[in-house]
Amino acid sequence: MSEHHTALPRAPFAPGGPFEIDHDRARKLLTVALSQGGDAADLFAEYGVGASMVLEEGIVKSASRGVSVGVGIRVQRGFAAGYAYTEDLTWEALLRAARTAAQIARGEARDVAEVTDRTHPERYLVAVPSIVVAGAGKRDLLLQSDRTARAADSRVQRVEASINESVRELLIATSEGRFVRDVQPMLRFGVRVIVEREGKRQSGSSGGGGRVGMEYFDQPGKSVDDHAREAVRLAVAMLDAREAPAGEMEVVLGPGDAGILLHEAVGHGLEADFNRKGVSNYSGRIGTAVASSLCTVVDRGDLDHGRGSINVDDEGFTPTSTTLIEDGLLRGYLHDTFSARHFGLAPTGNGRRESFRATPMPRMTNTLLLAGPHDPEEIIRSVPNGIYARRFGGGQVDIASGDFVFSLSEAYLIENGKITAPVKDVNLIGNGPDALSKVTMLGTDLQISDGIWTCGKEGQSVPVGVGCPTIKISSMTVGGTAVQGR
Amino acid sequence: MGTNQDDMLRDRADTVLRRLLDGGATDAKVVARAGQDLSVRVRLDEVELVEEAGTCSIAVRAFKGKRVATSSTNDLTADGLDRLVRDALELCDLSQEDPYAGLPDPDDLAKSWEDLGLHDAACDGVDADDAVRRCQRAERAARAHDPRINNSEGASFGRTSGGFYMTTSGGFRGGYRGSYASLAVSPVASDEGGKNRTAGYWSARRQLANLESEEAIGIEAARRTVALLGSKRVPTTTAPVVFDPDAARALLGAFAGCVTGDAIYRRSSFLLDQMGERVASDLITMVDDPLRHGGPGSRPFDGDGLAARKNVVVENGVLKTWLLDTYGARKLGLKSTGSSASSTGSGAGVSNFYLLPGKQTHAEIVQSTKRGLYVTGMMGFGFNAVTGDFSRGAVGYWIEDGVLAYPVSEVTISLNFRDLFSAIDAVGDDLDLKSGVASPTIRVSQMTIAGS
Repeated sequence: MSEHHTALPRAPFAPGGPFEIDHDRARKLLTVALSQGGDAADLFAEYGVGASMVLEEGIVKSASRGVSVGVGIRVQRGFAAGYAYTEDLTWEALLRAARTAAQIARGEARDVAEVTDRTHPERYLVAVPSIVVAGAGKRDLLLQSDRTARAADSRVQRVEASINESVRELLIATSEGRFVRDVQPMLRFGVRVIVEREGKRQSGSSGGGGRVGMEYFDQPGKSVDDHAREAVRLAVAMLDAREAPAGEMEVVLGPGDAGILLHEAVGHGLEADFNRKGVSNYSGRIGTAVASSLCTVVDRGDLDHGRGSINVDDEGFTPTSTTLIEDGLLRGYLHDTFSARHFGLAPTGNGRRESFRATPMPRMTNTLLLAGPHDPEEIIRSVPNGIYARRFGGGQVDIASGDFVFSLSEAYLIENGKITAPVKDVNLIGNGPDALSKVTMLGTDLQISDGIWTCGKEGQSVPVGVGCPTIKISSMTVGGTAVQGR
Repeated sequence: MGTNQDDMLRDRADTVLRRLLDGGATDAKVVARAGQDLSVRVRLDEVELVEEAGTCSIAVRAFKGKRVATSSTNDLTADGLDRLVRDALELCDLSQEDPYAGLPDPDDLAKSWEDLGLHDAACDGVDADDAVRRCQRAERAARAHDPRINNSEGASFGRTSGGFYMTTSGGFRGGYRGSYASLAVSPVASDEGGKNRTAGYWSARRQLANLESEEAIGIEAARRTVALLGSKRVPTTTAPVVFDPDAARALLGAFAGCVTGDAIYRRSSFLLDQMGERVASDLITMVDDPLRHGGPGSRPFDGDGLAARKNVVVENGVLKTWLLDTYGARKLGLKSTGSSASSTGSGAGVSNFYLLPGKQTHAEIVQSTKRGLYVTGMMGFGFNAVTGDFSRGAVGYWIEDGVLAYPVSEVTISLNFRDLFSAIDAVGDDLDLKSGVASPTIRVSQMTIAGS
């Protein structure tokens, strides 16, 4: 390893570490966890190191690092879970956590299988995780993005840029005998600018990353200069934004980021915990039409270096490609071990958690709407009067009703088949199956959004990816302020 | 938690501070925390989750002259603490000189403070069985209240309690303990077209005995849920919009983010040039009061160690002050308002930020609205702080002749914040301080409602 790199810290529970958890110790803890009965137990050990560096006003104002380590032990009894975690990795503290989790069960002690190593595919091997690369080079990247943004347009008043990176080392052991390790790197770069002209102000931002190393920035369109110029372009374009229309109209969503439409309109409602409980508006609809026949939606934890990709989920299962909707028909849900057991299916590798401080639940990884048959330009030409949205701020869904919103951060009017004036950032609102049944054209241009998205559910955040081609929705409610024709 | 834990936090923080200074830091701040949490979830009367844990962490902010770095860890072994100190010292060399960086003037530091009633030992006394019973009572009350409640997302009880200690090389030492308990219920009712409806209700307090009763929480959750049955869109229009306290709270939170010194020096606020100007209707007075006894966001001193104080941010519609920490105040050439929200980062924030209640009941506000939208929930992230543009999804009821006529969903409401706060023409008397940002019912005289 070159002298410019510091050593990658190893988890205290890793082999040779001061609090090593080997097969034998894992099995002992699981045995204690099942000493009062229960159906299954698992152990989740996590060592996370995060770092960030923030530039504003032309200087890197602060650098930070954080370490978070802990072990959680869960006991399942039917569909109930007892869970305890400890940040103290001494044997006494681990035993105490196992005994606390065990209290959920009341019955005869259960046997724990011999634990053996399980292998998994490697979807994000990076030569050098960015977090161990010497900081000076990353500081220079931030300074460079600042210079580029300021040089791109004289109206740029402020530039903020940041690099956030982490490595999460996991060990998962289960009473069925699984023993799995993974090391999950993450890098996220972002730049935000504020432009001002004659008292008007607007912001624009751009960023990306994923489970990648510093080579991320060598890809076409992904250098810090590219992101800086994109942020400036967006802010300047939106300076002249006019009031957005209000009401139902045709909407065309650009490729890539608009995948958050899928994430909100479909993805959450197909997380099987909601369906196991019958509270999702998609409950009991397997095999029925929930979208236009153009739509095929998959969740893929197996994309190389994707922000939402995982070699194993936080219960030790490897996700592949799960088909949720095929040609408009609902095919399946996203499962963790609880929901898979309920439905009598194999887990899909979607049992994820924010950290050892929480229990896993079905979560998305990278959720994609696959490409369709239409030329993207033809899609825009087909709209006499509507909205074209290119960039998005985020979204939210009400699982029970399926109503969802997502906010546009770069949008334009479409007039007579041409993209014309920019409009202010507004929300679009719709209902999942209803909106997807109105997908009347779908582009050939599937794009995966650059890695920036974080999904929140019941207070837990996990990194996710989204992707889609150009999408035309024949009618959607646009939440602007300009009421037309009244 | 006993005094042993307080002593342990103090010893840890003092030790780390000494090591940072010995290692070459010119100044430093160290914060140690410890806590105990219990959370329990019950669904359809069955236990779903019982989770228990204790947490401990240390975070530091180190200075080498005008260079700043932060580090944190929950690995409190000797190796873990070595790494914490080493990281902070190394990272100082990486960051660049910031002329405004530094600890506050020692003369400004809080020396003593009142007990604000932030910790209730009764919270710690709730064990898993007790928590399960509380959830069961609340969920049963919800399910028994109306036969149309035919499912449940469950009930959850959480309690957290902990201690906090901060020490700085500038001479500040202090800490306190706090607790917080909450109970929430989300019943579900089936609606037409395969949709389900749920509108949860929750109560939260620092003092366990001040939580609303399980039955009251369950019944209110059920009432709100069945009231949404048969929701429909309304045609796109402009009309008055009444926000219930939960919905109004979100508006106030977004506004609060635009009055911090950080937002101002970053030029990321639509209120940038508005100090001393009228920014809201004269019915509006917004205060940030960290000194409220037992308040959810109360704190005796701020993250810089300055005495906490009540700040009137907007008085009768006129913008009176930004919320400033030491750093933001220096950047803007002003004095700190004792509003540092973060003990190791930098940045100002709210404590208990609320809109002063008016005299009308929420029923009177609805009755005096000829036709309009009554909003009980909002969705999405549709606020641009730089421009003030606001647009979010909404659910609630349509008001016709002063009466809640029918439930509404799948609409958006939009208006720029400059206009929205100026157009508030009614403020209710129903302020409930269950979270750090709180509002009574308010009515905006006219907004755009986008629907069918």
